[in-house]
Amino acid sequence: MIRLLTALFGRLPIGWLQLSHNRTRLIAAVAGVAFANLLVFMQLGIMGALNNSTVAPYALLNADIILSSQEGNTLTDSGNIARTYQYQALAVPGVVAATPLFIGNLPLTLEDGSSVSLLSFGVDAAKAGFMAPALAPSVAGLALENTVLLDKDTRGMPAEALDSLASGGSFTFEANGKTLTAVGSMSVGGGFLADGMMVTSDQTFLRFFGSRSSGAPDHILLRVGDGLSPDIVAERLRAALPAAVVKVQTVAEARAADLSFMATERPTGIIFGFGVFMGILVGLVIVYQVLSTDVADHLREYATFKAMGYGQRFFLGIVFEEAIVLAVFGFVPGLVVSMGLYAGLVAVTGLPVAMDATRAVLVFVGTLGACTLSGAIATRRLAAADPADLF
Amino acid sequence: MAGADFPIAVQGLNHYFGTGEARKQAIFDLNLSIKRGTLTILMGPSGSGKTTVLTLMGCLREVQEGQVRLLGHALHGATEAQLVQLRRRLGFIFQAHNLHESLTAMQNVLMGLQVHGPGNAAKQQGAARHMLGLLGLADRLDYLPANLSGGQKQRVAVARALVSNPEVVFADEPTAALDKDSGRVVVEMLKALGQSRGVTTVMVTHDNRIMELADRIITLEEGRIVNDTNP
Ligand SMILES: Nc1ncnc2c1ncn2[C@@H]1O[C@H](COP(=O)(O)OP(=O)(O)OP(=O)(O)O)[C@@H](O)[C@H]1O
Ligand SMILES: [Mg+2]
Repeated sequence: MIRLLTALFGRLPIGWLQLSHNRTRLIAAVAGVAFANLLVFMQLGIMGALNNSTVAPYALLNADIILSSQEGNTLTDSGNIARTYQYQALAVPGVVAATPLFIGNLPLTLEDGSSVSLLSFGVDAAKAGFMAPALAPSVAGLALENTVLLDKDTRGMPAEALDSLASGGSFTFEANGKTLTAVGSMSVGGGFLADGMMVTSDQTFLRFFGSRSSGAPDHILLRVGDGLSPDIVAERLRAALPAAVVKVQTVAEARAADLSFMATERPTGIIFGFGVFMGILVGLVIVYQVLSTDVADHLREYATFKAMGYGQRFFLGIVFEEAIVLAVFGFVPGLVVSMGLYAGLVAVTGLPVAMDATRAVLVFVGTLGACTLSGAIATRRLAAADPADLF
Repeated sequence: MAGADFPIAVQGLNHYFGTGEARKQAIFDLNLSIKRGTLTILMGPSGSGKTTVLTLMGCLREVQEGQVRLLGHALHGATEAQLVQLRRRLGFIFQAHNLHESLTAMQNVLMGLQVHGPGNAAKQQGAARHMLGLLGLADRLDYLPANLSGGQKQRVAVARALVSNPEVVFADEPTAALDKDSGRVVVEMLKALGQSRGVTTVMVTHDNRIMELADRIITLEEGRIVNDTNP
């Protein structure tokens, strides 16, 4: 190790030697950085799951533009929009097809008494082309009354039922005192609002959600002509439809707007953002504390090095070397423990909490940055190393 | 050139400590030149200004008034970068050893070499080993300072100062922590280096056993030279 670092730096790795000489301090610092990493990873993991589950339902759709009520917030937290806008939209050049989308949350009580809630999409079975290609053939079959497609990753559903679905069978369950038959499946997974999803025809949907009317869907999905840009057509729609009532967004825009809404308007998003900030702060403070104590403890030695002709760059190098050692040594256990906790969270909550490489790299770069920043602040203490005081 | 024959030349040097009411002059109009390759001893009672003069000549303390020329460079008004370059041509032996606690004897000595750049690692190791050997520490290369005696630590510090072939060595009571024999070994080494390589040494000491080795003895009292002899 020492030989390798010596070759790398062209000098003895003083920072490393200093840190490893004082084991207690090293362990405390590494534990601190690991803990800060853990905090940040957990917050980001849950935030990521929140984001994933917010936008996961979009994957079921195959549309270019989505019309919604200005009163709505996100895809699943929407107001109602009058169906007349569907016909007005179809009159706008470039719009070639339109269909209403109904969304509701259906609570079920299973045979064993446990309850499950399903985020339900009601779609026109005759317009299966508005659903993702993999799903479209089975959506066409939903014209048969009281049949649904069920999310096979639904939390809390009996495993044998989901298994029989996956192998091409069907299974029947009760909701609102009526019977539904799952005839096919897709994979979305549970989120914070529901345990899973189902897709039905608009007819079946309206039967189960008695208070909803066919004239007031949640959204209207539009397709634009081949080769046309959804952005341009959306501009035309904005000009044609009353802006105070109708929100016109391309699906990409709607997705992005949902994410930013969850991150900035919802208390959960804000709390998790604050958690990330706290984690970073904890890391900064711990690393600063360790590095500045370390500088203070070695002032005499540093003053000696100054007398020997070592310049400021050398001392900055030592402190940054220490910062990088702490970042690397703290990140690795932080990552490993976080991955363990992610797996635990998935097992307990079924939330889509997963470690992705981007997040790991981002947190590592952030850790390096935070440690370097702490190191930079700690180097202010170096000025106190005065070789004139040595004799 | 004067710089070559007299690596240290001091003219009209005054030095003050403190500010305002507490301002107190420690060095008064000091003039002296020290010849290359000689061993000069500074002596005098406690508080007479020996350390102050040493740190001023060794560019460890900023020159306030007067002129100090070291190895041909005027220290007054020199930039920090110039001072850093100049310090690399010097060797310092402090009263306290000031070894780095987390470096072994060998590594501490290597620090004296690496200040000149990465260089050839094997060559540096060889030089460090040789120097430690000369000071009787061949079997202590991989010891941390905590596991060395006071005298051994001081000898490591001497090795660190001398390993990079300094042109001028400044030492402040270097033999205080050494027993009689190793103290003499160190001073004899410095004297030999003066004769063979022209190394100039300025040393503060109260140690009478060493006086006989000196080429020149300067006595300070209250910041002034009161005696200057060539025994
Ligand atoms: N950093 C300082 N601040 C204020 N006064 C100082 C400082 N350093 C030295 N002095 C004063 O300057 C004078 C000379 O001190 P110096 O340390 O040079 O003496 P010295 O001859 O080395 O003494 P000693 O033999 O005790 O080491 C003394 O009066 C001392 O009190
Ligand atoms: Mg002194």
